[in-house]
Amino acid sequence: MKIHEYQAKELFANYGIQVDQSVLCRSVDDAVKAYSQLDSQKVIVKAQVHSGGRGKVGGVKLANDEIELRKHASNILGMNIKGYTVDRILVGQAINISKEYYVSYVIDRNSKSTILMLSKEGGMEIEEVARISPEKIHKFVIDPSIGVPDYLAREAAFKLFDDLNLVRQAATIFQKLYKLFVDTDASLAEINPLVLTQEGNIIAIDAKMTFDDNALYRHPKIAVLNEPTEEEKREQNAKSKGFSYVHLGGEIGCMVNGAGLAMTTMDMTKLYGGNPANFLDIGGSSNPTKVIEAMKLLLSDKNVQVVLINIFGGITRCDDVAHGLLEAFKQIKTEIPIVIRLAGTNEKEGRALLEGSCFHVAETMGEATKKAVDLTYNYQD
Amino acid sequence: MSILIDKDTRLIVQGITGRDGGFHASKMKTYGTNVVGGTSPGKAGEFVEDIPVFNSVKEAVKETGANTSIIFVPAPFAKDAMMEAADAGIQLIVCITEGIPTLDVIQAYHFIKSKGANLIGPNCPGLISPKKSLVGIMPSMIFKQGSTGVISRSGTLTYEVVYNLTDNGMGQSTAIGVGGDPVVGLYYKELLEMFENDPETDSIVLIGEIGGDAEELAAEYIKNHITKPVVAFIAGQQAPPGKQMGHAGAIISSGTGTAAEKIAAFEAVGIPVAKEPSHIPLLLKELI
Repeated sequence: MKIHEYQAKELFANYGIQVDQSVLCRSVDDAVKAYSQLDSQKVIVKAQVHSGGRGKVGGVKLANDEIELRKHASNILGMNIKGYTVDRILVGQAINISKEYYVSYVIDRNSKSTILMLSKEGGMEIEEVARISPEKIHKFVIDPSIGVPDYLAREAAFKLFDDLNLVRQAATIFQKLYKLFVDTDASLAEINPLVLTQEGNIIAIDAKMTFDDNALYRHPKIAVLNEPTEEEKREQNAKSKGFSYVHLGGEIGCMVNGAGLAMTTMDMTKLYGGNPANFLDIGGSSNPTKVIEAMKLLLSDKNVQVVLINIFGGITRCDDVAHGLLEAFKQIKTEIPIVIRLAGTNEKEGRALLEGSCFHVAETMGEATKKAVDLTYNYQD
Repeated sequence: MSILIDKDTRLIVQGITGRDGGFHASKMKTYGTNVVGGTSPGKAGEFVEDIPVFNSVKEAVKETGANTSIIFVPAPFAKDAMMEAADAGIQLIVCITEGIPTLDVIQAYHFIKSKGANLIGPNCPGLISPKKSLVGIMPSMIFKQGSTGVISRSGTLTYEVVYNLTDNGMGQSTAIGVGGDPVVGLYYKELLEMFENDPETDSIVLIGEIGGDAEELAAEYIKNHITKPVVAFIAGQQAPPGKQMGHAGAIISSGTGTAAEKIAAFEAVGIPVAKEPSHIPLLLKELI
């Protein structure tokens, strides 16, 4: 789950990490009022959206006076950034930057640990640094039983600074950020850039945090910050019914048990010349109620012209699955052709039960996918 | 032989009095796994299908000599269950539970490692050495004893692949689902090494998916250390960036972790990548 910069900065401030002074605004009037409150002639206006790369598309602007502030605020509010409409901006004091740095904690799959990542190349996207000059990124693997002790924080800070006073300042920030990361079950806590001001202070002028969805149950204060998009709402609604759903936009609606098999069904649809409408994993069992709910979800997508159901019967035997499907489709009225592929335990019995029904029955994934693709084109003709 | 589990496996089921724990304890026992006990705090003295229940893993180990554990406890309590097993001297811990917070898994993993034990999962279907032992929730009837080792990040996709292998007369030495989370225990490298050293395994199938760079690292490892034939399959070529595809670990972030990169990495070191699951046995036959 993502949160906005201003929300992350609030968390930073709560943990004693110094951030720039800024005010959240929802209108140009708000921005003008904020401008008068901030003790700064120059201010930065930043779009608050759940997407990176704001600066490149004009979502971050420097204003030298109130006239410029009005202009930027009104341009940025309502702007569309990668599909997100900007409804909030952050107006903050412009900082006299001496140097910019990159700091983050992320989960590293290979060391199965949280790692601290640092670079002197702050202000640009870290992926870009990793591509051009990976030697400029420093990584420290954190042992979860000891966290970030003083010596480690200091060792890390020396990668960015030579001056002992600055090393101490930075080391404290690294320790506080780690505490925040762990306390909130974050999956990313990033400061880009962390800046050294001309006055000799180290402060965070951007803040990015994402959180582990699996841990939100124990962080109600974070969970309420969730702002799902329309698409994410559909996905979350599916999740509440025990499904994993991702909309893709093609014509062949897919219903599959298991995530890996569902991805493979999508891939094969494409391989055979069709376009998958979605990823849908209906999970372990395939009781009629679940199938009915899943069909409702697929049919709510108006692009869907054919439905491809691919079920591997393991512990739930194929004959049980077939009974479930027949039961479910007594209650679903649709003109859309349905291709069903059943494999696994008792597959012959399962397929036999479906003989004579309105379904197109297939034995293999290849056969099922080909049928679904053919039916899509027939439907279009 | 086979790897990790065999006839010497003495299994306890943590969370045996729960619905899933009880159901699968019985399935595993029927298959022939030596299920020696189960745990559920406060339920010592009870039995689940003749399997004795203990209050703690320590007690269960003391009474039964268990060396392997399978965990079915709910996500909020799974970290504790994993650590309890390691602390009691269990050597192989298989965690089936889905939805455990990543930082919990990290803590448990490092604790288990410090005790010299191994973790498989979480969010995995477990593993099976056909005709010897099943420690997982896999549908045992599709497996056949043989000499192909299977390593997979997925559940039903593994069954699909195994089904195709068995159908083509190619049995399995051991099949393992490593789990679909971003952080899990034993992974490609360790398991490839075990299969390489297992005299009963003569070929390996690796089933990967989008997210992370484990497949790329595995390709490199195979090139340098594995002499047995390997065939790979990668799921998720059509997955859009930034979207989680069911498994928490199956997400393409910042342009890396794509299926195309993984397929290219295998092909660059001469490992054939099947276009669909049914092609895996054919590719394997060409290599053996």
